[in-house]
Amino acid sequence: MNGRRVRAIAVKEALQVWRDPRSLAVALLMPFMQLVLLGYGVSLDIKHVPLCVYDQEMSQQSRAVVDGFVSSGWFRLARALPNEAAIRTAMNRDQCSAVLVIPADFSRRLAMTGRATLQGIFDATDVNTTNIAMGYAAGATAQLQSTFEAKYAAAHGLTPSAVGSVDLEPSTWFNETLDSRNFIIPGVVAVILALVGAQLTSLTISREWERGTMEQLISTPVTTLELMAGKLTPYFVIGLADAAFCLGAAIFWFKVPFRGDVSTLFVTTALFILVVLGFGYLISVRVRSQLGASQIALLVTLLPTTLLSGYTFPLDQMPAPIRAISLVVYARYYVSILRGLFLKGSGLADLAAPLAGLCVSALIILWLAARAFHKRLD
Amino acid sequence: MSDDGTVVEARSLSKTFGRLAAVRSATFAVSRGEIFGLVGPDGAGKTTIMRMLAGVLRPDEGDIRVDGVEVLREPERAKRHLSYMPQRFGLYEDLTVGENIFFYGELFGVTKTERQERTSRLLEAAGLVPFQRRLAGQLSGGMKQKLGLICALVHTPAVLLLDEPTTGVDPVSRREFWSILYDLRETGVTILLSTAYMDEAERCSRLALLSAGAIRYCDTPARLKEQMPGALVSIPSSDPRRVRALLSGQPGVLGVLLMGDRVHVRVDNRDRRTPELARLLAAQGLAGALIEPAEPGIEDVFVALLGGQEAA
Ligand SMILES: Nc1ncnc2c1ncn2[C@@H]1O[C@H](COP(=O)(O)OP(=O)(O)O)[C@@H](O)[C@H]1O
Ligand SMILES: [Mg+2]
Repeated sequence: MNGRRVRAIAVKEALQVWRDPRSLAVALLMPFMQLVLLGYGVSLDIKHVPLCVYDQEMSQQSRAVVDGFVSSGWFRLARALPNEAAIRTAMNRDQCSAVLVIPADFSRRLAMTGRATLQGIFDATDVNTTNIAMGYAAGATAQLQSTFEAKYAAAHGLTPSAVGSVDLEPSTWFNETLDSRNFIIPGVVAVILALVGAQLTSLTISREWERGTMEQLISTPVTTLELMAGKLTPYFVIGLADAAFCLGAAIFWFKVPFRGDVSTLFVTTALFILVVLGFGYLISVRVRSQLGASQIALLVTLLPTTLLSGYTFPLDQMPAPIRAISLVVYARYYVSILRGLFLKGSGLADLAAPLAGLCVSALIILWLAARAFHKRLD
Repeated sequence: MSDDGTVVEARSLSKTFGRLAAVRSATFAVSRGEIFGLVGPDGAGKTTIMRMLAGVLRPDEGDIRVDGVEVLREPERAKRHLSYMPQRFGLYEDLTVGENIFFYGELFGVTKTERQERTSRLLEAAGLVPFQRRLAGQLSGGMKQKLGLICALVHTPAVLLLDEPTTGVDPVSRREFWSILYDLRETGVTILLSTAYMDEAERCSRLALLSAGAIRYCDTPARLKEQMPGALVSIPSSDPRRVRALLSGQPGVLGVLLMGDRVHVRVDNRDRRTPELARLLAAQGLAGALIEPAEPGIEDVFVALLGGQEAA
């Protein structure tokens, strides 16, 4: 590796990014917008989720259920719905994000068996809100359970633990951990960095092909490794700046408590950025048009990182094959690391497993990226 | 460089794209200090040969040596000995003239003083001194090509590969371009260029005439002209197309070529055919047409030797 050549490539690339409005927008504007979209939308609106209620029973008991939901502070009663058809209308018109259906035999079942089921319907268009709303509904139902259990036990002369309870259907939607933005925001940071990082470098090689500068570049003695190192350097700096911005927003704006160690945060973040940049570079080598490369980078990053990184959907509740697939979604390791650092104040030793995952990802991706490019036209 | 002064040597180079044989068994050698021209119409395979010499395209068959280095075996080492200027402008349009030069200087490991000394001289010769801070994308076609040449010359290549360097370039820039090339030859740099301009081919020390991927003739311009069968007469005319139509296929006429407002007629025997042609033209109301003996240009030679279409 020749340092002068690496530096020359890095300087050239930095100048190009600086003069290219599109790259600049990806570098500076995208993290901000994503943060607003994913983070702000999620966390500040999330108190008082608009709730519609379709109460088929209209009894004192059923009204107590609704009161329970509302008094939790998580839900705001938007409308009472007269019939089944109104549910779809209300959802379609965005009048609520969740609908609580109380069956006509709710009280009767509760009185007879000590078990009754509520139905919760969630608007899944906004994944984040849905997840949080599901968590809240679970919480509200849990509170109801204890009230009703105590009542039922008293009425039947039993000890509360021996009684059944009120359920919210479907019960698989219960997700106790999704109860606060503290859990979501670190994941949001990981998703944003994965998206932005891959976008940034996805353009770097394809731009040379598209603009016809590659032919002359590969006729020089620059090595593929120098080219990669030089090209990744400016994006690494931009990535670190984006990370500082997002993590700063998480701590100071979203007020997520940070309990970990700053140097661990720095090292793991730098490692993660290397992985995402290498991934974008790999795509850029393979796809020779800028538009194609950036779209593939978006597609290949967005879906896996939002679905399989564990940032909203807990991985441990997924079927085994999907959990296996998620092992290659390198963002999951950084999500775990960030959650550990933020919420639990984990040290390096606690983070050994995800850190190892991240290191292996880095090795594999950078190795592939370094080998992918050939200084040839064919 | 080998003992006999050969700096570039290509042996039986072949390259096929799909079913198209773009280059067929091309063999040639270029000596130190030569300006060697690859001449041929579009699609003849000039770019493909240049790319293989530059080490950016692998031939299907053949061998290339550049400055003593086997290009196929050690392309990266060969690249330190050559500079390649592709046909399509290959510099960064969003970088300034100065930044482009600096970039290529760094890639070739040129020292700062060396770069400054060489660049100022080249910028001067190319008339680009006032434009150093201008973005390359905002230069005219001619200025871009000269900048390309400067970037290629920021280090000291043994071999300079120029693929149609003056296509679309204004005459003034072309003159400056060629004067830089001549100066360069004095310093012992070997220059390979491709061109579709026949007047430019004339300036080369040796030419390879390409047609459909094969090198058909390879010699100095003077000796190529000697190989042209027949002799040439030139007829100035206000309606050269009509003259061409009249004379094509007449006995003794081997070929007729339009050259601007003149018609070049290649005949088997100049002394015998000149009066015949004059009579023929007179019979068609073109009496008094001047029929002058002419020396062939490379274009005449090219068409005579390779037949087919007129080159650009
Ligand atoms: N990468 C390629 N893929 C397919 N065909 C090609 C490629 N490069 C060149 N050709 C074809 O090979 C032939 C020679 O092309 P080229 O070397 O560019 O000729 P020239 O430079 O003399 O115009 C042409 O018919 C061209 O279409
Ligand atoms: Mg060409």
